[in-house]
Amino acid sequence: MVRGRPRATRVLLYAILAFFAAFYLMPVYVLVNNGLKSFREVSLSRMWAPPQQVTLEAFGKALRELAPNLRNSVVLVVPAALISAALGSVNGYVLAKWKFAGADVVFPLLLFGMFIPYQSVLIPLVQFLQWLGGLLPMPLYGSITGLVLVHVVYGIPITTLIFRNYYATVPTEIVEAARIDGAGLVGVYRNVILPLSMPAFVVVMIWQVTQIWNEFLFAVIITSNPAQQPVQVALRNLAGSQIVEWNVQMAGALLAALPPLLVYVFLGRYFLRGLMAGALKG
Amino acid sequence: MARVYLEQVSKKFGVVTAVNDVTLEIPDRQFTVLVGPSGCGKTTALRLIAGLEEATAGNIFIGDRLVNDVAPKDRDIAMVFQNYALYPHMSVYDNMAFGLRLRRYPRTEIDRRVKEAAGMLGIEMLLDRKPKQLSGGQRQRVALGRAIVREPQVFLMDEPLSNLDAKLRVQTRAEIKKLQARLQTTTIYVTHDQVEAMTMGDRIVVMRDGLVQQVDSPLNLYEKPSNLFVAGFIGSPAMNFVEATLAPRNGALVVDCGSFAIEMPPDLAAIAKDWTGKPVVFGIRPEDIQDVAFARDPNPAWVLPAMVEVHEPLGSDVILYLSTGPTTIVARVDAHSSARMGQPAEVVLDMRKMHLFETETHKAII
Repeated sequence: MVRGRPRATRVLLYAILAFFAAFYLMPVYVLVNNGLKSFREVSLSRMWAPPQQVTLEAFGKALRELAPNLRNSVVLVVPAALISAALGSVNGYVLAKWKFAGADVVFPLLLFGMFIPYQSVLIPLVQFLQWLGGLLPMPLYGSITGLVLVHVVYGIPITTLIFRNYYATVPTEIVEAARIDGAGLVGVYRNVILPLSMPAFVVVMIWQVTQIWNEFLFAVIITSNPAQQPVQVALRNLAGSQIVEWNVQMAGALLAALPPLLVYVFLGRYFLRGLMAGALKG
Repeated sequence: MARVYLEQVSKKFGVVTAVNDVTLEIPDRQFTVLVGPSGCGKTTALRLIAGLEEATAGNIFIGDRLVNDVAPKDRDIAMVFQNYALYPHMSVYDNMAFGLRLRRYPRTEIDRRVKEAAGMLGIEMLLDRKPKQLSGGQRQRVALGRAIVREPQVFLMDEPLSNLDAKLRVQTRAEIKKLQARLQTTTIYVTHDQVEAMTMGDRIVVMRDGLVQQVDSPLNLYEKPSNLFVAGFIGSPAMNFVEATLAPRNGALVVDCGSFAIEMPPDLAAIAKDWTGKPVVFGIRPEDIQDVAFARDPNPAWVLPAMVEVHEPLGSDVILYLSTGPTTIVARVDAHSSARMGQPAEVVLDMRKMHLFETETHKAII
């Protein structure tokens, strides 16, 4: 008689969880379902119905059309994520282990960067990129290079935060031991801190790759030239002006969503391992 | 090898003064222990010598060199940390070789020194392992090895044994002492454990609240503590303290503790006669109180009847908590003493080993 109650609550709990899971997965279902249909079959009224004939033609077309933009996205994401991670690592190291006068003011100011709404800085940002590009041999406004720069700079607060918090768990005595052993600011970083940073790099890379890959607003503003557009911007342009090929649109959206997912699938293992191996002490 | 000299060194953290105007000479080749309760400034003093903290005032010399503005790596010191601070991503060999590689020693020389130190410490078979594959005692040895290979002027050790279990601690204690005697490197060792300080140090520096209380050999510290704090800190169980007055009686001087009064030996009475009639603190160590039945040649004037409150047999001897009126004193008596809990007992105080302290300043009179 005591047993009945927990079982009932458990059933209720699972029902609620199942409902929310279904709610979350519904759009994904629509995406996959309609991406596998042919153009003839896809329609608003039959949105929920499974395809009568499964075809990959929409994926093929989406891939053909988006291929240059997928390449653009890779060219954008890889350097932007790597550079912002590297800068965050160096920042985090200095802020956590090499406290300088004013460090307690600089760190919160850096974090403020995370809370600036992108919309509010668009106009000065464009003007700045135009001005800076004018000083350099290559244009920044309208190019992937400019977008890389923007994402590197906007990534610094979050990457700094993650690295600083990670380095705070590294015992300071290790740094002190290295200083006594003969290493300076750079030597400690290269010989001791960097080799221990793998878990934090994995976390930061997952975060930054996902953020930069999925980011739309900066991308659409800065890369007005279609040849330079990353996939998220090009995806919107897949929709023609007269008719929308919903199946291609859905397939394209899936393709565009895939890379961050793969990053998580492959790096997620290290992500967890990194969290577990936190026992650096001793 | 070098002496270390602190000249009026102070270190403040905001409003807290961790080290307060300390002047201290640490002689060349000696094993000097800094001891005191937590927060007494001993670790800060060590970190000042290491260069990990910057002194607020004063000068620090290693050898004849003023090192105030010298970086830790250029002070020619090596340090062993409480949590070992091994580099977790490096093998034992690399941990030990790291400092030498940074200093661009030739590969053969590095190899020779690492192997030699590993042999000395009995860790040759562990050279390829990572720190996480080692036990606490083995990690401790690697940390020592990392210091030894550098062949520095001074070893600095910050509570290196406090993370080891009791048995290993005693064993490693002896090994470190032996090692130091062999290498003859000036060693400054920080601990809060007075037993560790007594057993290891050639000289002991007792600190409290950032101030040096006394600098002396272990035996002098025990026999002639310069103040009440040192007297209470060194020795276990701690020295008994009773508020008392000195009173003349029958031509002699007695220590009048209220509930009992005991005659002082004439030579000590002569030293203390200026305090006659004034309040003082009487001190006597538990081991200087013996069951009358087991005392050699007991002086009848020094016998004290008391009630046994607690009886703690340790095997080697018995700790008694004795009450006389409102006063409780602790005695370490012979293991075969017939004293039992709740029963009266007679003990004899060895007044030749008594101590007297000023009530106000806590300074030792005797």
